[in-house]
Amino acid sequence: MAIRRGRGVAAINYPTGMNLGGDPTQALVHSTPTGNFMVTLSSVDLGQGMKQIMAQICAETIGVPTDRVVVDTADTDTGPHCMGTFASRGTHRAGNAVIQAAKEARQVMLEVAAEELEVNASDLETDGQGNIQVKGAPQKSISIFDVALSAHFKRGRSISGRGMFLIPRSYPEKETGAMKPSTCYAHACTVAEVEVDDETGEVTVLTVKNVFEIGRALNPKMVEQQLVGGSWMGISHALYETTEPYYPNRDHGGTDFNQYLMPGLGDLAETETIVLERPSADGPFGAKGPGEMCANPQIPAVANAVFDAVGVRIDTLPITPERILRALKAQAAG
Amino acid sequence: MAKVPVQFTLNGSEKAEFIESGTTLLNALRDKIGDTSPKGGCHQGTCGACSVIIDGELKLSCLTLAETCGGADIKTTAGLAEGGVLHPLQRAFLDAFATQCGFCTPGMIMAAKVLLDRTPNPSREEVVEALSGNICRCTGYEPIIQAVLTAARASSQNAA
Ligand code: FES
Ligand code: FES
Repeated sequence: MAIRRGRGVAAINYPTGMNLGGDPTQALVHSTPTGNFMVTLSSVDLGQGMKQIMAQICAETIGVPTDRVVVDTADTDTGPHCMGTFASRGTHRAGNAVIQAAKEARQVMLEVAAEELEVNASDLETDGQGNIQVKGAPQKSISIFDVALSAHFKRGRSISGRGMFLIPRSYPEKETGAMKPSTCYAHACTVAEVEVDDETGEVTVLTVKNVFEIGRALNPKMVEQQLVGGSWMGISHALYETTEPYYPNRDHGGTDFNQYLMPGLGDLAETETIVLERPSADGPFGAKGPGEMCANPQIPAVANAVFDAVGVRIDTLPITPERILRALKAQAAG
Repeated sequence: MAKVPVQFTLNGSEKAEFIESGTTLLNALRDKIGDTSPKGGCHQGTCGACSVIIDGELKLSCLTLAETCGGADIKTTAGLAEGGVLHPLQRAFLDAFATQCGFCTPGMIMAAKVLLDRTPNPSREEVVEALSGNICRCTGYEPIIQAVLTAARASSQNAA
């Protein structure tokens, strides 16, 4: 009986969003009388940071600081339609819709500024600080605050825009069943090192090294946190989490969050996380969906590491000490 | 059931309440006094979300009867900021993205505060040990460990 070491590797592709009956999200953007911008969505921020990302995308497109943008995701009755927050689709689908809406609003904003400055709208640019200026002659400028006031009270214009992003439904080919389930894929690879006690069946994860290819990290700190937490959850799926350990028998299932096991502070593996950015062709500023995929590659990597350590293939999750011991026993029995 | 009087200091100010006998400190703080910074995660002593500091000791307020707290000096996360300036631990939790849903955060911060009050420059192992009674379901813990280590460094620099 001994502690045995093993190393496993796994790589995954993960689609951004789904292809159901078509996968749309819509967005509306309008300016307030003082030149702040409101993004209206019915996409939901579940804590993944959608409001922050949509504010960044809107601000970048219109050419204003991010703190000039307010994102309202509050009401699915009154907001423009969204398929929902799932399948890692929020940034990609809603982000594209916000870009389109913000472009339209920007165009109206530049037209009003052009009238005020008595120049052509196509000769204007934003300075990113809340002003609009003539290209090459920045002394000729007007604040977005004044443009919004003019639009509202003098010129009767609505600085607003509509955005729509739709991944159309893809029908399978009759002969082959081939279809296009997604337009955009994130990728990841994990190498996990484990120790398996072949007497108790206990697995200790020593190190986890992850590489995630996520298109473009629109907010690098938020992406990093998603990936660090996700990697931990991947280990959790691999070794701990289940509601029904003896499914279909319901016995011994956790009854609350204390019994529903996840790795605790004492179970943390040394974790390394690297981000690769290969901008996607149809993502907002090249983004893909890093949400769910980051908790996937650890699972097969740990399963492979256990195989490398003690020579048994566990094909049911989680990989519990009991499952390992039963597999070792079966292996010994030949 | 008869109500019992209880008096204690909460974050520096005197509180006096009549409470139902058997009320937990957690419920008394949240429902009677209106300090909702301690969270009720499990109400059975296993998640740490309800942690508060009583007379310098880390305690689970869901397992503490309010009526046993007469004369006690109680501190919660709501009392940490001074004059609108966040406590170094609060600052570090924000900067390190050590909070996602935030439900575990007040308990984590209380546990970390007791640690830093006693051990101003803890090792990583000491941080892990001190927080090991607190469950987080979001962050993967690593950002929380980093936040506590950062706060310790920030505090010792200010003291120096
Ligand atoms: S609510 Fe007190 S420990 Fe969970
Ligand atoms: S941040 Fe959600 S439980 Fe810790």
